Amino acid sequence: MANVKLTNVKKVYSNNVEVMRDINLDIQQGEFIVFVGPSGCGKSTLLRMISGLEEISDGTLEIDNQDVTHVPPSLRGVAMVFQSYALYPHMTVYDNMAFSLQIAKMNKQEIDAQVRRAAEMLQLTPYLDRLPKALSGGQRQRVAIGRAIVRRPKVFLFDEPLSNLDAALRVATRMEIANLKESMPDSTMIYVTHDQIEAMTLADRIVLLSAGNIEQVGSPLELYSNPENVFVAKFIGSPAMNVMPCVIESTGERTAVKVADKFTIQSPIASPTEDNGKSGFLGVRPEDLVMVQDGDAALLEGEVSFVESLGEATLLYVHVPGVTDAVISKQQGTVNIHKGDKVRLTALPEKLHLFNQDQQSYRCL
Amino acid sequence: MVTSKKGSALTMVVHATVLFLVIMWTIPTAGLFISSIRDKDQLSVSGWWTALSSSEQKIVYRTPDADSEIQENGLYVLRGNLLEGGSGKVVKFGISSLKPEAFEPGTETQDRRDVTFKIMANGDYEVTSEKSFRRGVRIFYTAEVPPRFTLDNYRTVLNSEGLGQSFINSLTVTIPATVIPILIAAFAAYALAWMKFPGRALLIAGVVGLLVVPLQMSLIPLLTAYSKIGAIFGIEAKGYVGIWLAHTGFGLPLAIYLLRNYISGLPGEIIESARVDGASDFVIFRKIILPLSFPALASFAIFQFLWVWNDLLIATVFLGNTEESLVLTGRLRELLGSRGGNWEILTASAFITIIIPLMVFFGLQRYLVRGLLAGSVK
Repeated sequence: MANVKLTNVKKVYSNNVEVMRDINLDIQQGEFIVFVGPSGCGKSTLLRMISGLEEISDGTLEIDNQDVTHVPPSLRGVAMVFQSYALYPHMTVYDNMAFSLQIAKMNKQEIDAQVRRAAEMLQLTPYLDRLPKALSGGQRQRVAIGRAIVRRPKVFLFDEPLSNLDAALRVATRMEIANLKESMPDSTMIYVTHDQIEAMTLADRIVLLSAGNIEQVGSPLELYSNPENVFVAKFIGSPAMNVMPCVIESTGERTAVKVADKFTIQSPIASPTEDNGKSGFLGVRPEDLVMVQDGDAALLEGEVSFVESLGEATLLYVHVPGVTDAVISKQQGTVNIHKGDKVRLTALPEKLHLFNQDQQSYRCL
Repeated sequence: MVTSKKGSALTMVVHATVLFLVIMWTIPTAGLFISSIRDKDQLSVSGWWTALSSSEQKIVYRTPDADSEIQENGLYVLRGNLLEGGSGKVVKFGISSLKPEAFEPGTETQDRRDVTFKIMANGDYEVTSEKSFRRGVRIFYTAEVPPRFTLDNYRTVLNSEGLGQSFINSLTVTIPATVIPILIAAFAAYALAWMKFPGRALLIAGVVGLLVVPLQMSLIPLLTAYSKIGAIFGIEAKGYVGIWLAHTGFGLPLAIYLLRNYISGLPGEIIESARVDGASDFVIFRKIILPLSFPALASFAIFQFLWVWNDLLIATVFLGNTEESLVLTGRLRELLGSRGGNWEILTASAFITIIIPLMVFFGLQRYLVRGLLAGSVK
């Protein structure tokens, strides 16, 4: 149980391709950290660098305040759960879990006690004598987790552990992992996923990565309500936030912007004077866009080009003249709107997000 | 529905082909086996497919001479049995070499010198003459002999023909020459597949390149090297160690190639997981790689075993042709030269030679296709 500290960590492949640029991250003991990002952003690479399976090209990695940058994986005190479970197919569940302890030359009774304790925790006791091929996907993943638990590692590393499971099982196993974390409050866990729901539900803090950079670190709700830049804003939340180019018309305590040369919008976000007249981006989440009647003040107007009824909500794809991408509005329940209808949309001013021309949020400047 | 029809037609073709192959393979083997346990006299006159029906043999019998004749009623009589107590029955007989099948058994006939022949179907004969027989007379007969199976042929070849010794020699050559390359190749394959070191790709290319080197090219240089090295240690150039090494060398490229392909196809996460679990490369190899690549090991073992067992060239070059060092293939070749007409010897020897390959094949065949496919396709 320990903290993990990455300082100026870089990863450069032999053909000079830089995949991780200058990563700085301080993970406290007992934190559940989720690395999330689109595929190819380097989140798995970063995890593998922490595990020691991938070399660190530059910078230092400390686990438990000890420099382990060039220490082999087995001596770092980490345990890893792989996406494909990576169970040893020729060994029983018991042997799979006991393997690392046997290598560590622990005595038999102690191994037995550890394995049975972990099996009890994960409800695997009836399956101890089975081979992995006789288990379901969820059970296999539990064995993989059990294999990590018995080692009593300082840090748990999960590499997309749920992506091989079907949807229902994924939800169940996600809750099991949450319970597991609750039962081991002192253990540090780092979890990689591309699924933002997993990230939102499990994480104490989310690390959002893109193209080898950390975009933002923060609690799930912080990332949702206060995205630092357009990338984070668009990545967190489903459907993604509507981000429209705009022109900044007035600055100061409140900022006014003009979207599509037509709609002037006031927001309570402060902006520096030098940005007056420059271009920027206005963001509003689909769930914050509500329909208003004719006559009331509207933020945007447009024609519905597509309707998706999900039952619990309805997604309206609205074509606003002058805005390239369709603006998505999420209405609660079912609404009687059809393709071709004109709608007027608005949002509470405090729900708006404003980004400057470098796509950075004004709230965070 | 069309697809299922196509499927069934394809299945039919597959089944027909399998049946054809099984027949092509089984019939000669069965023939060899049946021939090898038949009586040598029957084997020389009829094919193995008649083994269960009785066979006809044309035989010339010469009665004992005057010493065993007895006098009865003033006549000289010779009595006895043509079949000499063996089973079977006489179907025809004759008294001249021109007409060996002239008479039915049970009839009486006389020759020009008034000698009376009376022959029964069970082979009992009575030859009667007014004058004393000076020497035995010849009786030509055709006998129908029931099938007779015997292990005598095997006894003969194993003991007096030296096949037993050769059998042991062959095993002495083959078992180490199969085990050693597999051991080396498995280690090499793991290293080439999963360990990172400079020059790895070059080494793999080298191994693949060695696959196409004809072994005949290296016979003389190797033998020269052996005799020089042997001279240092004061031992013979030709010996078992030499042939083990030779077979190992010739088998290794294919072994490394096949096993590397298989082992590199194993999921990398398993190996990484073991590494995080604290396993060293050797532990990973022993506890993870070896058990998982058993099909590939078995399939290569079959190949190497059969190839070494059936090899004549390398054995002749590196072991020599002396009586005590001859392997089975060499012995079989000798027998073909010296006992070419004795089918019972040749068939029994041949069957002894194929027994071990058959056992190896049937013992490991379920791994053969699986291991081969896994090794080559992936």
